[in-house]
Amino acid sequence: MAKTLFEKVWDAHVVAPESTDTPAILYIDLHLVHEVTSPQAFSELRERGLKLRRPDRMLATLDHSTPTLPPGADGERPYANAEAKAQVSQLETNCREFGVELHGWNSSDRGIVHVFGPELGATQPGMTIVCGDSHTSTHGAFGALAFGIGTTEVGHVMATQCLLQRKAKTLAIHVDGHLPAGIGAKDLILHIIGEIGVDGGTGYVIEYRGAAIEQLSMEERMTVCNMSIEAGARAGLIAPDETTFAWLKGRPRAPQGAAWDAAVARWKSLRTDDGAEYDREVRIDASKVRPTVTYGTHPGMAIAMDKPVPAARNPQEKRALDYMKAEAGKPMQGTPVDVVFVGSCTNSRLSDLREAAHVLRGRRVADGVRMLVVPGSEAVRRDAEHEGLHHVFTAAGAEWREPGCSMCIAMNGDFAQPGQLVVSTSNRNFEGRQGKGARTVLASPATAAASAVAGRIADPREYMTEVAA
Amino acid sequence: MKPITRLHSRTAVLPDENIDTDRIIPARFLTTTERAGLGKLCFNDWRYQADGSDNPAFPLNQPQARGCSILVAGRNFGCGSSREHAPWALLDYGIQAVLCSEIADIFRNNALKNGLLAIVLDEAEHRWLLEHPGIELSIDVKEQVIALPDGGHIRFQLEPFARHCLLNGVDQLGYLQHHADAITAYEQRVEKAA
Repeated sequence: MAKTLFEKVWDAHVVAPESTDTPAILYIDLHLVHEVTSPQAFSELRERGLKLRRPDRMLATLDHSTPTLPPGADGERPYANAEAKAQVSQLETNCREFGVELHGWNSSDRGIVHVFGPELGATQPGMTIVCGDSHTSTHGAFGALAFGIGTTEVGHVMATQCLLQRKAKTLAIHVDGHLPAGIGAKDLILHIIGEIGVDGGTGYVIEYRGAAIEQLSMEERMTVCNMSIEAGARAGLIAPDETTFAWLKGRPRAPQGAAWDAAVARWKSLRTDDGAEYDREVRIDASKVRPTVTYGTHPGMAIAMDKPVPAARNPQEKRALDYMKAEAGKPMQGTPVDVVFVGSCTNSRLSDLREAAHVLRGRRVADGVRMLVVPGSEAVRRDAEHEGLHHVFTAAGAEWREPGCSMCIAMNGDFAQPGQLVVSTSNRNFEGRQGKGARTVLASPATAAASAVAGRIADPREYMTEVAA
Repeated sequence: MKPITRLHSRTAVLPDENIDTDRIIPARFLTTTERAGLGKLCFNDWRYQADGSDNPAFPLNQPQARGCSILVAGRNFGCGSSREHAPWALLDYGIQAVLCSEIADIFRNNALKNGLLAIVLDEAEHRWLLEHPGIELSIDVKEQVIALPDGGHIRFQLEPFARHCLLNGVDQLGYLQHHADAITAYEQRVEKAA
């Protein structure tokens, strides 16, 4: 029977099939762990006297509560508070006690959990991957079934390497045509969520497909899959292809030698069969995508920056526009900006930093605008510094920080002030997400950089040398 | 988990759609390593004014909403992050059921695993409940029915296994552990094939 990509990965991991009364028991190949959603699960294991079933299938890092400023003269890291410091040290203790590989402060691979996993080659096509973090959907870019779980389920995977799961419905998003010059993956995914809505994917696993998806680089695919959860979808998948294999080859945890060839042969079968049916299908015309930003307080409130903000249709939308101080009938383009944040598991990889640097090179961040550039991992930081990108950022007046989630979730001390407008390359524009009372506008790295220079939300194509604006 | 068969309470209503996990509990409070004691932080930035006093505009601060353990919320409640701190905070605050026409996947999953009844209703019934805050409801988990004060009923459906676990206080980790042999067999099969 013809199967979708999702069904192939699902079927290969069923330990016990689902019935009317019971969910399937699904095997998990890779469990990623960070400091925020794991401590209560480790405690649960301790209380029950349990061990990890497969510590070799776990990989931990520090990212959410970690400061992005270096240690002070006293050697102390500038944690937001004592609790954040204790949380980080708790993960260090837990990993030591339970035998988990932790890429902590002393690791040259530490990074945001959804950046460092792929970089190590730990994320591979056809795998099931979970993490106590909703942006685990990022790893779907490799044709892995990857999704976020709560802390109780983190404990389930720790103890049994399995989860109880009902099979999701499938949603194909066909992206036809080509993205116009100067338009990137972030514009595309914001456009898609704007089209299908903040709950348009609820109950579904999305498969992104079509010519425009095949043309995306691996990093761009991660940006797209990362935000699947922002449409409510459990996961987002892209079938692996030569782009995927070329990106993975030679990475530390990728198969080597003959095992590599065998793996690639296997991975090539991870495509939706002709004639396989999805529960729902949506078509998107890539050529219509323009520089896209959000104007409200959830990612579904997204629009081309030069289009007028739509009028509120209900009290919640009115509240959102009021919170954002966005005016119906006026475009977001031109809105004054206070803070610009380039970073997060959505857009903190080398290509994102290059995109921002391309716009910033030889220019200055506008007076009164604070710009923060936070690489996704130590590897990204090294590569960026090797290319001299940090000099571009600092010469422009931006702050170049150490890797972490930083102002995406604003729990590490990096946050915006009440009322400030933040143009952010992250994934959530919820009320208070980047600091109590802060107003978030989600955008691409190029738009973020252009807006930093202009001091207002600006079309990055006017700042790109190879794009006629 | 303690078995849950019935819940009787007046309803409190938060009509906003898309109430996300950051509104339920802001991320800056996630540095805790405990599950307990999060109720005081539930809806923190909505519930309190800048000086720490109660925000009178927050619907759950209204006198008639105090002590209600059934929350009727606008569509797509719990969207956003996977933080289980959201159901932990709601439960500690005193909310034991959320009724909604659509509930975000990860939140619903987390809620049910903690004994917070996350119940999806059809749109007409949901709208009616949104428009009638403070009515007395009696939720019967076994029969999957909500009794209204006028003798009427609203039917709902929980995922059968979640319902079974709620009614019998089943420990889902224990259930998974009972399948250890099947898990080992799966691992051996996969390793042999590789």
